[in-house]
Amino acid sequence: MKIGLVCPYTWDTPGGVRSHVADLALTLQEHGHTVSVLAPVDDPVGLPTWVVDGGRAVAVPYNGAVARMNFGVKAANKVRRWVREGEFDVLHIHEPLAPGLSLLACWVARGPIVATWHSAHVRSRILSAGYYIAQTAMEKVRGSIAVSEDARRTLVAHVGGDAVLIPNGVRVAAFRADGRLPQIAPDRPSILFLGRIDEPRKGLDVLLAAIPAIIAAVPNVRVYVAGPGDLGDQYENLDPALVESVIFLGRVSDEDKARALRSVDLYVAPHTGGESFGIVLIEAMAAETAVLASDLPAFRRVLEDGKSGALFANEDASDLAVQVVRLLGDGEARDELVIAGRARVREFDWDKVIDDVVAVYESVGMPGEKVTTDLRGQIVGRLGIRPLS
Amino acid sequence: MIWLIAALAVSLIVLGLYLSMTAGRIDRLHQRIETSTLALDAHLLRRSSIAIELATSGVLDPASSLLIADAAHLARTSADLDPVLKAQAESDLTAALDASLSDLEETAEISEAELGRELLDELDAAFRRVQLSRRFRNDAVRACRQVRGQFLVRAFRLAGHTNWPQTWELDDTMPQGLTGR
Repeated sequence: MKIGLVCPYTWDTPGGVRSHVADLALTLQEHGHTVSVLAPVDDPVGLPTWVVDGGRAVAVPYNGAVARMNFGVKAANKVRRWVREGEFDVLHIHEPLAPGLSLLACWVARGPIVATWHSAHVRSRILSAGYYIAQTAMEKVRGSIAVSEDARRTLVAHVGGDAVLIPNGVRVAAFRADGRLPQIAPDRPSILFLGRIDEPRKGLDVLLAAIPAIIAAVPNVRVYVAGPGDLGDQYENLDPALVESVIFLGRVSDEDKARALRSVDLYVAPHTGGESFGIVLIEAMAAETAVLASDLPAFRRVLEDGKSGALFANEDASDLAVQVVRLLGDGEARDELVIAGRARVREFDWDKVIDDVVAVYESVGMPGEKVTTDLRGQIVGRLGIRPLS
Repeated sequence: MIWLIAALAVSLIVLGLYLSMTAGRIDRLHQRIETSTLALDAHLLRRSSIAIELATSGVLDPASSLLIADAAHLARTSADLDPVLKAQAESDLTAALDASLSDLEETAEISEAELGRELLDELDAAFRRVQLSRRFRNDAVRACRQVRGQFLVRAFRLAGHTNWPQTWELDDTMPQGLTGR
């Protein structure tokens, strides 16, 4: 199939939606499909041949954060040309309510259109305004996909309509490769934290509060903290007796993240909220590391209520310590989690997830139908017509 | 006086624009229902052809073969019937497939033959596409009904003489023996 993917956020900055689109595009191509991705691009040097430059992104506040997107008449014309020249069998739009290329693509195209909803925490003001403004565009989406139960609920409750649940994929093979991270001592019990260290919702505070109790029971333990952010207060407030046991690795590349996961005995995810899916848990399971996570609803779902990963009471440092000590002392329990995790992760492997996505592609159109440009009934669209040079 | 006429003219223009855009929306939604109906028909047809292939391939026991062949044949010839009878025929095919592929033991046995495994894979894929396209079609019907239910749309008869859109209810639950593989 010939597939056009639209990513609203700039290709240059890493992010959940952007890496989802990149993984999807790569896997589709591995399965023999032709893919073109339209995304805002700041620096076209070194861009893969299958990414089409959708123009420079502007930083705008959206949904409580600053997003880098682009829009306007020039962008609309670019999208229209891309749709016209692409002759796609399916147009797959990501985060359709993001006011950028995605919404524009909905606007200018007709035919087999699929949309994927990523975010679960869309402000209700945006949803209600977006519903009226974007309704015409949304009505053209023939099939909706939600990446998590929370994202699906947001869509059903606020925008109306149905969505098929297809979870985020993980490129499992990438986490299975060999190699350890040299900074991690191989002969000591070790636990790993991943994520921004100055973002309270990632829960580093909870882990640090649990460390004294963990060291009391397992004196030679090493706690590795990998992730960007300002060390600042966190580190200064740390008890000097603990400094030796806690090692900050700073920001790590994707390869090193996989290596770090493979090198430790236990991955701990003390997130306190704001997670709709928990892709990092899947990555840890793909790296065949035992997982201990807070009992957020999203984490419970991914870990099958404790079957494929252990759980502790959210924000409860003493329960966290108890669980860490238990798991570090019980290699058999960890092996059981790794084996259950290996089976669980197969459901999230892009190689399997892609079948579900392609099934959606094949269910939205008549055989032989193509995506074309659309100008009917759209005053804005008509005004935006410019002759192609 | 002149202001009154101007205000009246402006509101008429606004109303006209709104009605024209809404008529465009309704037209688009009707087309969406139509294309998704065609997509669903295509996948139902694919499902019944695979069922017939499965029944005539010799990988099933004679009783199951006969049951599935009969139901699949009825489903195929129901294309021109009215939607309720067609849905009934397709649901009957689902029931026939479910009776023959009811548990993993049976499908495991069928999968021992390579032809059997291939046909089950194809049937699985066709089933999923039927489920998805029916879901998408019913979602289009829901969106269309919502717009057609609006006061101005009804008052100005923007939907013309087209029938009130109906969802398609049929049993397309996957046989137990297929889902667990």
